[in-house]
This record gives sequence, C-alpha cells and structure tokens, in this order.
Amino acid sequence: MAIKDHLRTLKISAWLGWQIESNWARPSLFLLYSFIRPIAATLILVIMYLIVKQNVASEPALFSYMYLGATFYMFVSSVVFGITYVIHTDREHYQTLRNIYISPISLYVYLIGRAAGKVALATLAVIISLIFGIVVLGLPFNLLMVDWILFVPTMALGMACLISLGLALAGISLLTAKHSTSINEGVGGLVYLLCGAVFPITVLPAWGQAIGLTIPITYWLELIRRSLYPGEGIELLGGLQDFTDGTIMIFLLISTLIFTMLSLTMFHYADRIARKKGKLDMITTY
Amino acid sequence: MNDWALNFKAGIARAHARAIGAMREPSWVVFDVILPLLGVAAYIYYYRALGADPIFEGFVILGGAMTAFWLNVLWGMAAQLYWEREVGNFQLFMITPMSRMALLAGMALGGLFTSSIRALSTLILGILIFQIKISVAEPLALATIFILTMLAVYGIGMMLSSLFLMYGRDAWNISNLLQEPVYLVSGFYFPIRELGLTISAVASLIPVTLGLDAMRQLLFGPASQGILPVWVEAIILAFQAAIFMILAKFSLDRMEQRSRREGRLTLRWQ
Repeated sequence: MAIKDHLRTLKISAWLGWQIESNWARPSLFLLYSFIRPIAATLILVIMYLIVKQNVASEPALFSYMYLGATFYMFVSSVVFGITYVIHTDREHYQTLRNIYISPISLYVYLIGRAAGKVALATLAVIISLIFGIVVLGLPFNLLMVDWILFVPTMALGMACLISLGLALAGISLLTAKHSTSINEGVGGLVYLLCGAVFPITVLPAWGQAIGLTIPITYWLELIRRSLYPGEGIELLGGLQDFTDGTIMIFLLISTLIFTMLSLTMFHYADRIARKKGKLDMITTY
Repeated sequence: MNDWALNFKAGIARAHARAIGAMREPSWVVFDVILPLLGVAAYIYYYRALGADPIFEGFVILGGAMTAFWLNVLWGMAAQLYWEREVGNFQLFMITPMSRMALLAGMALGGLFTSSIRALSTLILGILIFQIKISVAEPLALATIFILTMLAVYGIGMMLSSLFLMYGRDAWNISNLLQEPVYLVSGFYFPIRELGLTISAVASLIPVTLGLDAMRQLLFGPASQGILPVWVEAIILAFQAAIFMILAKFSLDRMEQRSRREGRLTLRWQ
C-alpha cells in the first residue's frame, strides 16, 4: 500500500477519533474537561508532596522528579489506552470494527490515527501542567537549558514504545471483551508502580526494581527528566545514576525495538486467532 | 400485590442481577482485588520516598478502599441508565409497573455489595502487605459513619443517574471527570484540612469528604486532623443522605418526563 494511502488513513482516522472525543460538548467545555482530570491527578501528588516537604524549594530535584514523571505519564494513558480502547469501542459500542476490517486500509495505521486525537490532547495537557508547575508551584524549568538533543529523540523513541505497547494490548483486546478494560487498568497500574513514574524505583522491593528495569518507560521517563531539569542532581534519584545519558538511550532503543517486535507479533497472532474464532464482531453488551 | 411489595421485589431483583452479574466471570474478582492495590501501592511508595509519617500510608489504604464505592457510584449508578439505554434494557425497565426509585435502590444495593468486596479486599490486603497499624476503638461509631456515608454517596449516585438520563456521551465523560478531581478535593489520600478550611467546607458538599474525614478520625485519632467533630459530621451526613434521596426522586421524575417529550428514552449512540 502506498505511503499516501497510509497518510490518508491516518488523517481520516485521526479526524474520526477527534470527533468522537470532542463533539459531545462545546469546544471550550471540552478543553476544560480534557485538562481538569490529568491536572487534578497531578495535584493530588503535589499536595501529598507539600504536606510532607512543606515547599518545593527545599528539594527541587525531588519535586521535579515527581512532577515531570507524573506529567509525562499522561502520554502513557493517552497513547496506550487510546489505541487499545478503539478495538473495544469499535467492536462493542459502535459495532464498526468489521467494516474497518473489510475496508482497504491498514488496521495499524487506523488504530494509531484514532489515538492521535488523544495524543494531541495529552500534549496540550502536558504543556499546561508544565506551565502551571512553573508559574504556580515554582517548578525549576528553563527552556534555554533544556537538552533538546536528548529530549527530541527520547520523545520519539518513547512514542514508538507507547504505540507498540498499545498495539500489543489492542491485540489482546481482540480476543477478550470481558477483560480488556481490566487488562488496560492492570497494565497501566503496574507500569505506573514499577517504572518509577512518581517515585524512585529504589524504594521498591528488589524484585520490583528488577521488573522496573525491564520496562522501556522507566528509561524514557529518566531521560525526559534529565533533559528537562535545568540543574544537577536529578540523575542521582532514580536508581540509574551509574548510567550515562547515552547508555540509557541505548537501553531505551534496544528495549523499544524488542517491545515493538513483540507487540507486532502479538497483534498479528491475536488478529489471526480472532478471525478464526469469529471474534471480530463479538458483542457482549459489556 | 401492593405497590410496596412489588417495588421491594423489583429492587431486590435488580440488586440480585447486579450481584450475580459481577460474579459471572470469576476472574473479575481477581482483577477487583488486585487493581485497586496497584494504585494504593504506588501512593504508599510515593509517601515512603518522601519520608512521610507511616500514618499517611493508613490514609492511603482507607482512601483506596473508599474509591471502590465512589467508582461504583459514578459508573454503576450515575452512568448506568445511560448504559442501559445504550444496550436496549432501559425501555424494558420503563414499561414495567415498578417505581423507578426501586430500580435505582436495587442498583445501589447490588453495587454496594460488589464494591464492598473490592473495598474490603483492598483494606485487608493493604493492611497486611504494608503493615499498616489501625485501631478500631469505636466500632459502632465507625459502622454508623460508614452506613451514613454510603446512604449519602449512593443518594448522589441515584440523583446523578437520573440527570444522566438526558445525556449521551456526556454521561461517560462527566463520570470520567468526577474521578481524580473528587479524589483531590475530598482528600482521599491525605487529611482534607491540608487544603484549607474554605476548600474543605466546599468539598464537604460531596458526602464522601465528611465520611472519609470521620472514618480517619475514628481509625487514626487526632493525627488525622479532622475538620469537624465526628458526631457533627454524622449529623451532616444524615441530612445529606435525606436531601440527595429526595433530589433523586424529584430529578428522576423531571428527567423522565423531559426524556419522553424529547424522544431520548430509546436514543442510542449519541
């Protein structure tokens, strides 16, 4: 299939995803809705931090560690569950998955396109959270001191990793209707807990740290923090202080490649089984 | 059969369907037990990383257990009639001779049962795994506060479910919106007093705020920094329960009439 066909699929599915996400309310109300929830989730952590530490200035690196992790974790929920949930809604709610299957488009591209709206919103939510953090909470941040050479490839690799994780879970969702929501929640909860999204993984038991070090998102968040924090010291918190930025980037690259291959294999396998067992139009009214 | 008997049976039947529905897939129970623990564990490790007093870990366990009820109120009560309409059950409910309040009460009762399993497992496993110290000095007071909180919280759920009757995808999105922001302002994971008295007072309009505050005081003593004495919170919760039930009946009648007029009772995929 030609690249331009994929691009058209991407554009139209992104438009469809955006309409489904947003056209239930006026744009202003919708935007407000989109930002309140993730910002509230971050504020819970901020309040907990302030209760214990009293202010941000006493340990700016620790605050930044938590705040940046919580803020960028918004991408995980948006991308991973954005892709996965398309299978669930298109099959069960809108009952259009079979139509998508028989149309001459790539399902992978369609799924990624459908999640694009959520990614756009997550990007805006991250930017708003950062501005809120800087202006209201005194988050140490300086655009001129951002290590863009580290940040840009880290974001690109991170997105690739999240998309592949989303495709793997989408594959599982093809096979199960009763568990897809729980599996999403479970994976989200496990990753949040084990990858040190808001606390250094060194506080986890040894087995938890070992698992955390196999998850690419651990390395992604570490590099995001190192590239955005203007001072020194944040690299000492996450348990990866023995590794340079370059080494962690290699870890991220390798783990993302492995994750991508596993995800594509898993999706391909699940797709075949789902077709064989007639699960593509399975409706459980759940 | 008189109306009371009929409505009682209808309520029990709806509760039965909900309880059985939750159990029809045994693996759901595993998810129900494990999933909340993941979030609770993350908050506990976060407090530990900050070097917080261990009592805060107890607050997290209690708050984590109470999320089961709040989530059930949002998704199992508030958004339920929207959901029933989507799958085509709602019109069947409407043509039966039962009271709509009996239907809502049954949903609440069944939801309370299933949420209790989730909450209790979070509480027990959380206490065991993270070695949380809790002392129940006044079990009767604790039970009273819990029951009053549940009455008030499910009263809100009944009220919202009738309001959501008018909505399409709004119902889904508003339920989403009422999760983390409510965890924040109601102090699910920290003493509500930390947000200041003004915010605490406004947040007290959501009954789970006062319920949690009172339960924290009863389980953790003065360190929980309660905003009001427990007996005052109990009285307010009782009032809230009564008010939300009355509002639920009122809004259900209004919304049903309006939905009939606007042809929304069978409208799907909005």
